[in-house]
Amino acid sequence: MFGYYLDLALRSFRHNRVLTTLMVLALGLGIGASITTLAVLKLLSGDPLPQSSARLFAPEIDPLGKDSTTPPERLWRDWGNLMTWTDAMNLLHARAAQRQAVMALTQTKLTPQAAGQHPFYSDGVMATADFFGMFDAAFQYGGGWSAQDDENRAHVAVIAGFLNDKLFGGKDSVGQIVRINDHDYRIVGVLKAWAPQPRFYATSLGGRGYGNGDAVFLPLQSAFADKMNPQNVNCFDTGIDANHLDTAPCAWVSLWVELKDAADAGAYKTFLSNYVAQQVSLGRLHHPEVNLPNLMGYLAQQQIVPDDARLQTNLAFGFLLICVVNTVGLLLAKCLRRSREIGVRRALGATRRSIFAQFMVESAMVGIAGGVLGLVFAELGLFAIRQQPAEYASLAHLDPAMFAVTFVIALVASLIAGLLPAWRACVVAPAPQLKSA
Amino acid sequence: MLTMTHLAKVYRTELVETYALRDFNIDVKPGEFVAVTGPSGSGKTTFLTIAGLLETFTGGEYHLDGIEVSKLDDNARSKIRNEKIGFIFQAFNLIPDLNVFDNVDVPLRYRGMKADERRRRIMESLERVGLAARAKHYPAELSGGQQQRVAIARALAGSPRLLLADEPTGNLDTQMARGVLELLEEIHREGATIVMVTHDPELAARAQRNVHIIDGQVVDIAEEPRFHVQAARAASAHT
Ligand SMILES: Nc1ncnc2c1ncn2[C@@H]1O[C@H](COP(=O)(O)OP(=O)(O)OP(=O)(O)O)[C@@H](O)[C@H]1O
Ligand SMILES: [Mg+2]
Repeated sequence: MFGYYLDLALRSFRHNRVLTTLMVLALGLGIGASITTLAVLKLLSGDPLPQSSARLFAPEIDPLGKDSTTPPERLWRDWGNLMTWTDAMNLLHARAAQRQAVMALTQTKLTPQAAGQHPFYSDGVMATADFFGMFDAAFQYGGGWSAQDDENRAHVAVIAGFLNDKLFGGKDSVGQIVRINDHDYRIVGVLKAWAPQPRFYATSLGGRGYGNGDAVFLPLQSAFADKMNPQNVNCFDTGIDANHLDTAPCAWVSLWVELKDAADAGAYKTFLSNYVAQQVSLGRLHHPEVNLPNLMGYLAQQQIVPDDARLQTNLAFGFLLICVVNTVGLLLAKCLRRSREIGVRRALGATRRSIFAQFMVESAMVGIAGGVLGLVFAELGLFAIRQQPAEYASLAHLDPAMFAVTFVIALVASLIAGLLPAWRACVVAPAPQLKSA
Repeated sequence: MLTMTHLAKVYRTELVETYALRDFNIDVKPGEFVAVTGPSGSGKTTFLTIAGLLETFTGGEYHLDGIEVSKLDDNARSKIRNEKIGFIFQAFNLIPDLNVFDNVDVPLRYRGMKADERRRRIMESLERVGLAARAKHYPAELSGGQQQRVAIARALAGSPRLLLADEPTGNLDTQMARGVLELLEEIHREGATIVMVTHDPELAARAQRNVHIIDGQVVDIAEEPRFHVQAARAASAHT
């Protein structure tokens, strides 16, 4: 019977082209708008490292002077896990977590070795050895550097795959030299594509919240010794000597730690408290409060997702609701116009159930057509977003999961839209429809 | 075939109760050709829709082919309509979106027949009414008489035992009406039971038996005057 209902639905569409087009258009627009905003929201609020985010924590302390009246919660919301070089190095060397990494961002000037290529600037990360392992950055060639390299201020570098493509045509470049800010660094590793979204490690360091991956990764101590400038320096005292950021009262590096479970996290928080208490008693720090959010908690605290992304999504689903209501109205009108046909079918032996099924199949087909059109609209919408200046704009794409979600939304929306008309259709009393001439 | 005893049908609206049928008794034997006549509003269509299980009744009993139908649920009633009853309406009631072939196909679809069996029956019944050549036409492309013959083909396709026709010739001119009646007579000769409502005394006269309905009751034609008085009384009671 399903085939028969399908056939009837197609005929009915052929005989009601305008009405059918309107319904498909309404659903398509609603679904397109919803999917577009949902895709953006998903991009903005996604988990940057689904495998490890639960194990990654951002230790937060309050390095401000003793006269500061800023509540630590506000400080952390603004600065995140930013801290001074001294605290970061103390915590790094304490090795109280499974893994820990200190990092900062910098602009690097790259001078290619090959003749005819001009120097150019790229986003660089200055980090300590555990950065790659903690943040799921996989290697195409070679690997990261060691903690020993960090301490020795070794001139080694990891480069992104796209930079390797640009500089070495994608060939294994391990052992090659790149000239960065007029210092020679030896390549030890080439990353596979790696660009977590949002860029959770970058926002407190003055980087963009979203975007394509960084190009160059250097050992923090080596780069610092080579006088590479951090992107974001927050100083909290007067008379700062910018040439000695390692001792200045300025927060400009961040620390991430990996802890295997809640018990570990509890223990680390105690360790952190004890460290801060000790520093307070030494007179170096003045505020004993500490915080240890995990990665997703940290993103929530940093409010990286723009508020209007949520608002837009809500509006889009409101719009979809209006479209569904509109479709209900059109389907209902169509169904009332066909009450004579329903009466005839009932007289000729159709059960209520088969009338219901016939109309639901028709609605579902409107929904599938609306879903297809919605996909087209969503692709158009995302294309439009990619033309926008927002920092996440270039990343707005539909992934396969969103494809599936589109069809689920389309089908559910149309079945809901079809429910009332189909019910009205199947309770049509046959006799009165057939009496009149 | 069809037995109604003390049957009543009341239409209730907010203002009035209308007794469309009251103490209605009829017995149609298998293979009979019965013509039902009566003034407008007397309850002929109501009788036919109840007989065809399109409507429920409010009192009395109705046995169709030995089955007491008031106890049946919607599925069972649909099945009986589909398998045992063929309908012919004054307004033809073809589905405008479907061509002639697909219109005749409708009852067969609900019976769940195989495609080739359906095709055979559809073409057979279209040949019967002389419209096999018009199978691909849409109802709007046919004359009234042709449309009614398609409706008859549709009623015949499922080979029902009982054919219910409500003024099948009401919308047709005399020539076409005669053709339709000849078709019904032929179907009757082949063994079907036919109940036909008509206003036309000439057509009624050609049936085996005439049943006259006045004010929702079957009356004997010989006693007609008495019932006219009663009808008048009932009418004044309603106002
Ligand atoms: N759905 C309804 N609601 C209320 N009253 C109804 C309804 N259908 C029929 N009636 C009433 O029942 C009575 C019988 O109607 P019915 O249609 O059976 O008459 P009829 O004999 O077929 O008339 P006609 O020759 O004009 O077709 C009428 O008084 C009519 O007004
Ligand atoms: Mg009538």
